[in-house]
Amino acid sequence: MELPIFYILAAIIIVSALFVVTLRNIFHSALMLILCFFGVAGLYVTLHADFLAAVQVLIYVGAVTILMIFAVMLTQQLTGRKIQQLNDQPLPAALIILSLLILLIVSITRTGFEIADNLEPMPTVGTIGKAFMTTYVLPFEIVSVVLLVALIGAIVIARRE
Amino acid sequence: MESIGNYAYAGIWTLFGVAFVVLVLFFASLIRPQRPNPNKLKTYECGEFPFSSAQFQFNVKYYIFALIFVIFDVEVVFLFPWAVVYNSLGLFALIEMLVFLAILIFGLAYAWRKGALQWV
Repeated sequence: MELPIFYILAAIIIVSALFVVTLRNIFHSALMLILCFFGVAGLYVTLHADFLAAVQVLIYVGAVTILMIFAVMLTQQLTGRKIQQLNDQPLPAALIILSLLILLIVSITRTGFEIADNLEPMPTVGTIGKAFMTTYVLPFEIVSVVLLVALIGAIVIARRE
Repeated sequence: MESIGNYAYAGIWTLFGVAFVVLVLFFASLIRPQRPNPNKLKTYECGEFPFSSAQFQFNVKYYIFALIFVIFDVEVVFLFPWAVVYNSLGLFALIEMLVFLAILIFGLAYAWRKGALQWV
């Protein structure tokens, strides 16, 4: 059951990623990126990483793409205009991509992915929540201070006139 | 293991939703009359004629709303595991989360005070 689901999700991710780089309207590219991120979230679910899947949806689908779409809409040169897909230097690009592909294949085939035998996959969200509330209380509260700094910094920079 | 299995329902309903839209549009295209008209492609503005394209440069003031949204979106990431284990932890967890939220609400108050939430 897991294998066909993986293939469906992988197909969604690859097709939407291809659309991200080939669509002429950059706004449509951003929308396709959302679909791609959703596919990755689905992959996390099949890998039993439920917290990671939720974070993927919240941060990547929610926050990152929102910032991208805002940036596109705030930029006059990009909005609504068909962008040119320039292929000025196909040969160097092909060489770099080919060497990257070889590097990836070699490193993947040489790595022995050892799997622990009797480890039952279990939900992670509860464990993480409990760790936040007991062992890692101080880092947890400091995160909120970090977010506060980010919030105030964003306001100070954006409101400068 | 059980909570992972619940995601299967989300997948099934996603497929169901997509299939529903595709099937309904397909069967509707079989029986509906085809009368193309350029007026039908106009943006619907409650009877008013749209006077320009919607694709223009937006005011940069919108960006601060996006930034504030992102901050509170990250906050939700931390609320989510807390809400899952809340019942088994009790009062202490509630106080911890209230401290967490209070620090961030201070930021929201700062934004409000600075007029960042206001449309000038």
